[in-house]
Parts: sequence; C-alpha cells; structure tokens
Amino acid sequence: MWQILSSDQTLLRDTTARFLIDQVPLSRLRRDRHDPAGFDSSYWKSGAEMGWTSLLVDEEHGGGSLSGRGPVDLALIAYEFGRHAAPGPLVDCNVVASALSGQEGDLHRAVLADLIGGTTISAACLGAAPWHDPDAATVRILRDGGDILIDGAVRPVESAEQAAHLLVTGMSESGLTQVLVCATAPGVAITTLKGIDVTRRFASVTFDGVRAPASALVGAFGRAGEQVSRQIQQAAVILCAEAVGAMDTAFQMTVDWAFSRYTFGRALASYQALKHRFADMKASLEASHAISDAAADAVADRTDLAAETASAAKSYVGEQGPELAQECVQLHGGIGVTYEHDLHFFLRRVTLDRLLYGTPAEHRRMLAFMHTGQFKDKPA
Amino acid sequence: MNDYMESVEDFRLRARAWIKGNLGPTLPQDVSQSCDSDDEELVAVARDRRLQRRMFDGGFAGICFPREYGGLGLTASHQRAFNEELVGHEFPSRLSVPTFSPCAAVLLEFGTPEQKARHLPAILKGDEVWVQMLSEPGGGSDVAGATTSAVRDGGAWVLNGSKVWTSRAWWADWGLILTRTNWNVPKHQGLTVFILPLRQPSVEIRRIERLNGESEACQEFLTDVRVPDSDRVGELDAGWTIGTRWMYHERSGSNSPYVTRPIGLRNESAEEPTVVDIARKAGRLADPLAHDLIGESRALDIVTHALRGRVATAAASGQADHSAIDRLFTGMARVRQATIAFDLAGSAAGAWTEAEEGEMGAPGMEFLLRQTSCIGGGTTEIARNVISERVLGMPREPTGDRNIPFRDVPRGPKRV
Repeated sequence: MWQILSSDQTLLRDTTARFLIDQVPLSRLRRDRHDPAGFDSSYWKSGAEMGWTSLLVDEEHGGGSLSGRGPVDLALIAYEFGRHAAPGPLVDCNVVASALSGQEGDLHRAVLADLIGGTTISAACLGAAPWHDPDAATVRILRDGGDILIDGAVRPVESAEQAAHLLVTGMSESGLTQVLVCATAPGVAITTLKGIDVTRRFASVTFDGVRAPASALVGAFGRAGEQVSRQIQQAAVILCAEAVGAMDTAFQMTVDWAFSRYTFGRALASYQALKHRFADMKASLEASHAISDAAADAVADRTDLAAETASAAKSYVGEQGPELAQECVQLHGGIGVTYEHDLHFFLRRVTLDRLLYGTPAEHRRMLAFMHTGQFKDKPA
Repeated sequence: MNDYMESVEDFRLRARAWIKGNLGPTLPQDVSQSCDSDDEELVAVARDRRLQRRMFDGGFAGICFPREYGGLGLTASHQRAFNEELVGHEFPSRLSVPTFSPCAAVLLEFGTPEQKARHLPAILKGDEVWVQMLSEPGGGSDVAGATTSAVRDGGAWVLNGSKVWTSRAWWADWGLILTRTNWNVPKHQGLTVFILPLRQPSVEIRRIERLNGESEACQEFLTDVRVPDSDRVGELDAGWTIGTRWMYHERSGSNSPYVTRPIGLRNESAEEPTVVDIARKAGRLADPLAHDLIGESRALDIVTHALRGRVATAAASGQADHSAIDRLFTGMARVRQATIAFDLAGSAAGAWTEAEEGEMGAPGMEFLLRQTSCIGGGTTEIARNVISERVLGMPREPTGDRNIPFRDVPRGPKRV
C-alpha cells in the first residue's frame, strides 16, 4: 500500500480494519463455512455506510470519495479485505455501481441507490466472461423489436444467488453490450457452485431467452467495449489490492513462524537457505505493493498507461500471489495445509483473485496487444 | 541569494522547454552504452562531456548539489521531474553512474570543503569523469576485506595493490579508492578512502575482455602510488563509515537524487532491440506463445518502474532503505527478460548473418551475459542477505573475520 496517505485515508483504512476484525474474525468465517451467503446483510449494509460501494460513483450521482480519486480509496478498503480475508462481493458491487454511475434510467438509478445504501447487492457476471476475446463470448445479446433478448451462460459469478440484479455483458451483432437484468427475471437460472474459497460464494448463471426492455441497456447497444475495458481495470485494481493484503498477512505469519519455530536447535530464521527464500518473497511482495498502487493511481487518473498498468498488475500479482502463499505453506510444513491453521484463508483468497477478471495469461496477452499496437482483440 | 525554492511543477515545465530546445533524441548507444570500437567509444565519451557541459551552461546540472559547488540546491523531487522529462532525449549516460553516484555523492557527504570545491564543479561541467575502485581480485562481495594497502610516508601515502571490475577506467580521470591502512584491528576498522588521479605511470590499467568480446571493465595495478594526505577522504581508518554510504549510493544507482538519466516507460525506442522488434524479426507476432512472452516482459518493465518509485519514496521520506529489494528484483527481472528475448529470437540468436547482427546477435549474447545483472554492483545473494537480515531482522550469517585483527583473518585454505 501507499507509503504516504492523507489523514482521511488513514482513518478510512483503519476504520475498515477495525470493523472487519470485529465483525468477521477468522473464527466467524470458519463457523460460516457452509452458510449460503457467507455474510450477514447487516454486515454489508454497515460496510456500505462506510463507503464500500460508493467510491467509484460520481458525487452528483450519490457517490464520492475522500481523495477525489475513487479507485485509490477503494484500493485501501480492498487491501483490508485481503488482509482479513473478508467476505462480500466488493469487486462486483463496485463494478456495477461504477457502470451505473451517470446512467439515466429509473431502474439504473434505483439499483444504484440500493447498491450505495448496501440494501441489495448486484453481480457483474464479468469475472470470467471472455471479454478479451469477442469470438469466444458465451452470452449473446440481440435486439428483438423494442426489447433486448439474452441467451447464454456465464460462470463463476460471485454472490449471484444473493444478488437482486445482474449486469450482463454479451456480444451482439454490433459489438459488446451491457444490460441490467433482475435476478428473478423469467429465463434466468442460477445454480450454486462449489468453490475453493470458504469465505466467498459463486454460482453459474444461464440466460434462456431472457427479455429486457431497451431502457435496461447500460450504455449504448453494441458500444460497451470501452466501458467494459474500464470496468476490467477497476476490477483489477480492487483484486490486486486485495491480493496484496492477503499476501501481507500470509507473509507476516510466516516470518513470525520462522522466528518462533526451532529445528536442530536453531530458529528457522537463522538458516541462510530459508533467509534467501524470505528475501525473494519480500521482493515479490514489495513489487506487488508497488504495481498494485501504480495501477490504482493510473486508473484513478485515467492516464495513457492505465490499461497497461492494470494488466501488468493483474498479471504480476495474479502470478505472485499464489506463488508467495504456497511458499508460505511450504515454510510452515504440514501445519500449513490444515484447516485448523489460518494460512489457508489467505491462500484461497489470492488463488481465486488470480482467476477472476482475467488470468495472468489473459492479461499478458492483452498487454502484448497494447504494446505491439495491435488492438484487434480488444473488446469491440 | 534568493531563498525561494521553485516548485517542482514550475521546474518541470522549465526543464521540459529547455530539454526540447537543447537536447536531441536518445541514441541507442546512450542506453546500451556499447560501442563497436575504442575510437567510437572515445567519441561517445567526448560527446557525453559536451552534453554535461550543455546541461551545466543551461542551468540544469547538479540539481541536488549545493549552489556553492555549482549545483541548483533543489530536491530529489526536482531531479525526478527532470529525469521524467528527459525520456526520449540524449543525456550524458556514461557520466551518471558512477561519476555522479556514488563518487560525487560520497565526496559531497565526506569530502573536505577544499576537495568539494576542487572536484564537484568540475564534475558538474563534465571536466572530470570518476570511477569507483572498490572490488578487488580476491574480494568479490566482501568489500570490507580490501587488501590494497596505504602506508604513510611523511605527508603522503603510498598505495600498493589491485582493484578490479572498474568500469571504463581506461578513459576516466579520477578514482575513489578504498584501501587498508591498519592491519592490526578488525577488518572494518582499518580502512581509509582516498582520491586517486588515474592517469599516472604508477597506475597500470588493463582491460578485461568479457565473453561477448567487449572490454569496458578494467583492472588496475597500483605500484608505489603516492597520494598526498590532502586527498584522504574522511578520517584515517574510518573508511567503512564511508564505505557503507558509498555502497548505499551505489545501490541507489539510477534512483539516486544525484543522477540525471531518463526514467519512464516510454523510451522503448531507445532500447535496442525491443522484444517486439525481436518477435517481428523472427516472424512471431501472430504466435500466442510470443504474445505471452511479450506481455510478460512488458509487465516486468512496468513493475520494475513502479517498484523503483516505491523504493525511492521510502528513502526520500526516511521510512526505510529498501534499495536491496530494488537490486534483487531488478536483477531477477532482467535475467528473465534476457531469457524472454532469447526465446523470442529463436535459433537465429545462436548464429546470424552480418546483417542480422543487431536484432539477432544481441539476444544471443545478452543471454550468455545474462547473470551480469545479478552479479554487478553486489550480487543478488548479498542482496538476499541484506533483505533478510536488515529488512526482516533475521539472524546474521556467522563469519570468520569478526573481532580479530585483519592480518589474522584466513584468506585462503589452510595449508599443511
């Protein structure tokens, strides 16, 4: 995280941390392992009141941020989410809120107000959709008279079963299109998925001739490419900050372990072979902090390099997060793979963060296209 | 004297205008610093000296050096702004490291007023090029184990010994040299730093040819070199105090507030050749595997840049010295990038025609030399020791040279 924060930002970060420690300690997360939602609605509402879902929304549309740079403030919260393995669809709710900010329709305004208030949540249905490759799109969106018709499937979608609304992204004959759909609309089927993270819930969502009015479009029909790119950048910022938080916790646990664990009459921390591995981990951790912050800065300021920096962050942190967490497991030995130990919460967190909103390989590919000046595979 | 300090943004705008008006585009050799022949290199050196002079005359040399020594007396943020504006433009690349940092930085910190007045303005004008004489043939990373001796003789000192891996000493003017002045105390307590003019008969300079045929590094042999006591830097036997700061400035490298060189992500055109050029030449721009490698290399560029900024901020705000983290990361990233370039080039990186020399020969040779980025300027193994011990606070490695007179420290296997 940033080495220099304003007092407002420090307060936001510390308040979030205290709230998470109080509301969702690891003991609670262990207990809620089989809870269908994984968190209470009151937890989410209190979080929303602290700004969890409003930082990417313009002030005139009900949002606002402390520093005037929403993605940076949001990254501070996401970092604490990662540090405490906190539950709740932080990424999706913010992606949808950002997409709805400034949209004129009554439905859009109502959903945005509920998101900001934390009274309902939304799913973005974008986490694994092949938005980077239009030819492989799994959702088709057509015009049918004055209506919009949606067919296809997308998975995994975070908290889809708890969501009141779904932001659906699909391919139309004229390009990427986004539509806001009620989760209970006829033709929407949501199926629970099992998953690797005990703190988060996922489902698959299928659309079988789902009909929505044209007023439900988010942005123009066939012209959603640019807004989707922006949403991917925002999601990358949140996921990277979260992963860095989880990496920090896992690393600190492992450093503490190295000092307290003795073998052959010496602390683990005294073996050069292990010290060097800790040094490598520290370097990748600091680099992850640096690129995660750089991505938030670039996306907040919409610099020329925002897309490249976000993809660099998502590919680098996506790769290093699980590598560092697995190295922490290795240095713990057998205890590191038990449910009783806390380490797995953070291993799960970074492993899933690696997959969502583009794998490292997908972001490397996008980087290559941006870097070589070939944009043919960019969302149309 | 006006006490008002120009704001960074005002300075940046003024620097931008001056750079645009006075400096041409970067040449490939500014970045690669490789020349085909010694004659060509001497021409490049002369150009660097002229560029430095142009910066001095334009009022942009020594941004963080005090005004009394010809500098601007501004801050690290001003230097960073200048460096960012410099991207894509020519600059005196051979003078930045090691002349400005660590050498001038060490002089500024430890030199006498007379030493500073004599050398700093000359450095800022491009009149003096310096090298650091730290490593020794038997030393490697154990810099404090220096055995080049300095013995007092009246008002002067007599130096004997050898220094190695001194980049570009064959055309430089001055050296900063770490010597042993006391063999009867533990190794860190008997060192002293001197200023040494390189162009004199008692200093023999030999070139070291590296495996790619280039020979920029040198080894110096000192035979009864006389140095006046007025050229001693810092207190007698206090050389390690200077040595630690010296190596800090060395690790800071391009991050140092005393170094003028472009920082940014937009000077790819200057690198020769880029991974994209290599992939294009190899006909692999449509190959998904090549995309993965190009993306990885680009990500490493962006991450390296971001980490450098983070480490600089930590240093400038006094929070932590994380230069060893930068050193380790950058070394490893460059190793990976050299491998990526080599992989992208394919078999032509192993054998190439005269015409392909630039695009294809370079990745092959760079791959062979790959480990230099993890060796030069302190190995990554030492950086890992520094990170684990000083940043993470882990126990230090046992040593065989602590608390005993340096003359009793084993310097080779025990012979029966």
